[in-house]
Amino acid sequence: MIRKITYGIFLGIIVLSLVLFFVAFPFGKNKMAVGKYYLKNDIKQTGAANVVTAVTLDYRGFDTLGEVTVLFAAAAGVAILFYVLEEDKKKRERQVYPNFIVRVGSRIIFPFILLFGSYIFIHGHLTPGGGFQGGSIIASGFLLLYLAYPGERVNRNKLSIVEGLAGITFAGLGLWGLFTQGNSFLFNFLPKGQLNMIFSAGILPIIYIAIGFKVASEFAGIVDDMMCEAVCSGGEK
Amino acid sequence: MIYASWLLIIAMIVLAILSIEFKDLIAAVVAMGAVSLIISLLFLFLQAPDVAMAEASIGAALTMAIYIIVVRKTERREK
Repeated sequence: MIRKITYGIFLGIIVLSLVLFFVAFPFGKNKMAVGKYYLKNDIKQTGAANVVTAVTLDYRGFDTLGEVTVLFAAAAGVAILFYVLEEDKKKRERQVYPNFIVRVGSRIIFPFILLFGSYIFIHGHLTPGGGFQGGSIIASGFLLLYLAYPGERVNRNKLSIVEGLAGITFAGLGLWGLFTQGNSFLFNFLPKGQLNMIFSAGILPIIYIAIGFKVASEFAGIVDDMMCEAVCSGGEK
Repeated sequence: MIYASWLLIIAMIVLAILSIEFKDLIAAVVAMGAVSLIISLLFLFLQAPDVAMAEASIGAALTMAIYIIVVRKTERREK
C-alpha cells in the first residue's frame, strides 16, 4: 500500500514537471543563436554545402572523434563477450542454407548496397548522410550475406586492419592540423574549393570517408561475432 | 501530409504496445522494427534526412537482426 502511494507521488511529480516544462517551452519560435550563426557562416568558414556535416565534423569535430571512440569501445565489448575461440567446423558444415533465390539474389544485390553506402559517405559534405549512415548501410549488406550464407565468415584480421587504418587517418589528420598548420585540433588546412563540388570543404570528405570505413568494419564485426556465436560455437563450456 | 503524420504516429503507438504484448518473440521483434521504420519516415517528414537514414539502417535493420539472432539462440515463446 505504502509502495503504491510512493509510486503515485513520484509519477505525479514527473507528470507535473513535464507539463510545466512543455508549457514554458517556446514552440514554433527559433531561439537558437548558435544555430543561426552556423547557418550564416557555414559556407564561408568551412565550404561544405551540407550544414549538418559542417557542424558535426568542423565546429564539433572533437565530439565526433569521441563518438567514434564510443562505437569502437562498444564493438570491442561485443567481441570480448561473443568471440568464439574454437570453431566447431562440423556444426558450420551442417548449417542449412536458404533456397537458391535468396542465395543468388543476395550476391547480386550486395555490390549495389556497397555502392550506395559508399556514395552516401563520399558525398557526405554535399548531400544528407555521412560516414555513420553509409557505414551502417554497408554493414547491413554484410548482414544480408550472413543471412544467405550462415556457414561463411568474413576475414576478421582484414576488418581490423581497415578499422585501424581509418581510425589512424582521422586522428592523424587532426594532429597534423594541430602541429603544422593552425593551433587547433582538426584544423581544416586543405583549400576550401568551390561550393557543391566533390573536392571541396578541405579535409571534411576525407574524414567522412575514414569514418565510413571505420563504422562499416565495426558493425560488420559485431554482426560477425553474433552470427558466429549462434552458428559456429562449439558446445557449452 | 499532416494527416499522414497523425496516422503514422497512431500506428507507431499501436505497434509499440503490440511489441510488448506479443508472446511470440519474433513477432515482437518485427513490431519493434516497424516502429523504427515509422520513426524514420517521421524524421523524413520533419526534414531530417540524415537522422532518418541512420534510424532506418541501424534501428530497422541491424538492431532487429541482432534481436532475431538472440531469439533464435534462446527461446521463441515468452513464458
